[in-house]
Amino acid sequence: MRPSFVGAALALAVALGAPAVADTRLTGSGASFPAPLYAAWFKDFSARSDGVTVDYQSKGSGAGIQDYLNRVVDFAASDAAMTDADIARAGGNAVLLPMTAGEIVVIYNLPGVAALKLPRAVYPEIFLGTITRWNDARIAAANPGVALPDTPITVVVRSDSSGTTFNLTSHLAAVDPAFAAGPGAGTSVPWPASDRLVKAPKNDGVTATVMQTPGAVGYTEYGYAKLTGTPMAELENRAGVFVAAGGKGGAVALAAARFDAEMRAFVTDPDDTEAYPIATFTWMIFPKSVADPEKAAAMRQLVAYALDEGQAMAESLGYIPLPAAVIERVRGAAAKIGAGS
Amino acid sequence: MKRVEPAEAGSRPVFRPPSAGEVVADRIFHAGAHAAGVVVVGLLFGIVAKIGLGAWPAVRQLGLGFLGSAVWDPGRGEFGVLAEIWGTLYSSCLALAIASVLGVAVAIFLTQGFLDDRLAAVFRTAIEMLAAIPSVVFGLWGITVVIPALRPVAAALHAHLGWLPPFATAFSGPSLAPGVVVLAIMVLPTVAAISQDALRRVPDRTREAAFGLGATRSEAITRVMLPAAASGILASLVLGFGRALGETMALAMLIGNSGRISWSVFAPANTLASLLASQFPEASGTETAALMYAATVLLAISLGVNVVGTLVMACNRKAG
Repeated sequence: MRPSFVGAALALAVALGAPAVADTRLTGSGASFPAPLYAAWFKDFSARSDGVTVDYQSKGSGAGIQDYLNRVVDFAASDAAMTDADIARAGGNAVLLPMTAGEIVVIYNLPGVAALKLPRAVYPEIFLGTITRWNDARIAAANPGVALPDTPITVVVRSDSSGTTFNLTSHLAAVDPAFAAGPGAGTSVPWPASDRLVKAPKNDGVTATVMQTPGAVGYTEYGYAKLTGTPMAELENRAGVFVAAGGKGGAVALAAARFDAEMRAFVTDPDDTEAYPIATFTWMIFPKSVADPEKAAAMRQLVAYALDEGQAMAESLGYIPLPAAVIERVRGAAAKIGAGS
Repeated sequence: MKRVEPAEAGSRPVFRPPSAGEVVADRIFHAGAHAAGVVVVGLLFGIVAKIGLGAWPAVRQLGLGFLGSAVWDPGRGEFGVLAEIWGTLYSSCLALAIASVLGVAVAIFLTQGFLDDRLAAVFRTAIEMLAAIPSVVFGLWGITVVIPALRPVAAALHAHLGWLPPFATAFSGPSLAPGVVVLAIMVLPTVAAISQDALRRVPDRTREAAFGLGATRSEAITRVMLPAAASGILASLVLGFGRALGETMALAMLIGNSGRISWSVFAPANTLASLLASQFPEASGTETAALMYAATVLLAISLGVNVVGTLVMACNRKAG
């Protein structure tokens, strides 16, 4: 009894004594889309680094940018990058760095239907509420041999302002002019008023609501659907090929990305035959001028870690590792962190 | 402070003016109590003023049209809370209708001699325990238990009574109905507790007189006890209504958060409180002001309801 107690006390003393070298704490908030990956990164990074702790709160891209503008956090994360207006509101004090990428999947709950193909002409109309039943002829035509039930479609969307919504609606608006004219593209859009449209908070809220509601369809980041085992639909891309998420389709789609001066790029409708239609980069936003040089150094270390070890972790968690060319550009841009504006 | 010992009573008068120390202690207590009272009232006015000031830009920009429009679109800068006001009042009224029947029935059961006193105390505690369950737990329970349980009931109601507006749409899951069921359970302790007090405050002689005139127990309850306790029961309903109006978390999880106006209880809806909870974290600029405006509307509705409740209670006390 006694030796183990002494051992525990010693271990505790060592654990408490170790990080006394430098105590730097970085706090961030934002996107829930990459949150599972970021949680893994920050835990690993905090364990390896010398007294740097990173705390991240997954509360939605919109909320992260608000926190960044209100100077509540050291860095933010967003799937919708940051608009020019928001960069101006931050006084230009923002370095946008794509950190990882992911796919947005259309999840559904149809007991007995293990695989579902959704044509390009169909899924925007489901989200517009113009296709209302699962046994609609246009869905059935793409799924020969699948017994589609005669149940109404319940659409589940995000109730909060979200980068996932931004990427989905940007894609739907690019595909369907009626969607562009109606809800349009944005982090929070006016969805059509319908008895069959339910809003739930965050990626996990949408996943839970879809899983609880037979006949529901919703959208989340690929990792959430993979983690919970929710069935995902294969989507038809611009070239007319049905592609499932989770393969190399996302990386192929993003290979065509052209970054602007702020390192932003959105691929709303990729051309490649192998491309998965809805894929996006996701960004971290760091300040250019940081009062505390130790904090700035910690931020640069964090980015370096994410670009090296972090990318390897991305794939196993269902994210798309950044292409090598993008990693080099991000490494260059990361030098601006703490360099003053 | 020096205590007057009995032995000294002979040498000193028993009744003496308070010592300087006692006067000071009394003054301090007085001032402290006064200050605490002022702080509480000041806090209420402070909250109203802060929210009102935050809402002012939206009030000026959107005016009363805010109350008459059902569009909430931060992208286009259009804001209106008609659908949320409707959802708040509709859900609270339905929940209160269920809770009033259950609550008053429970109050009668526990006060009119159906149970012996110790068993009644156990029941009372159990009902009051409902008030201690956190809202999130109610929400989770609603998602995992109430929604699946309602599914067959709702399907039958929609199939056979679909011509009635409340059952006009098919049930999909998160909607007004599960919200109302959970809300009714959350309001139940308030209604039951105050109704019991009201029934217990009716003098025993009243009931005995009714029995003396040959009334049966059910006649005594419905014809004599309930009318005598009516104003107290009414107050319990008003206070329960106030509680239902402000409930946030459980409803935000169950109601579907969709801002539209519908008579159907199987359609998703939204309330003012859940609108605030879901939109506030990422709001900026005009949307923040619009949310403050929505909070002001909610505050006005619930303050109004609580004032009515307090007045009814006061009248009741005067009459009793």
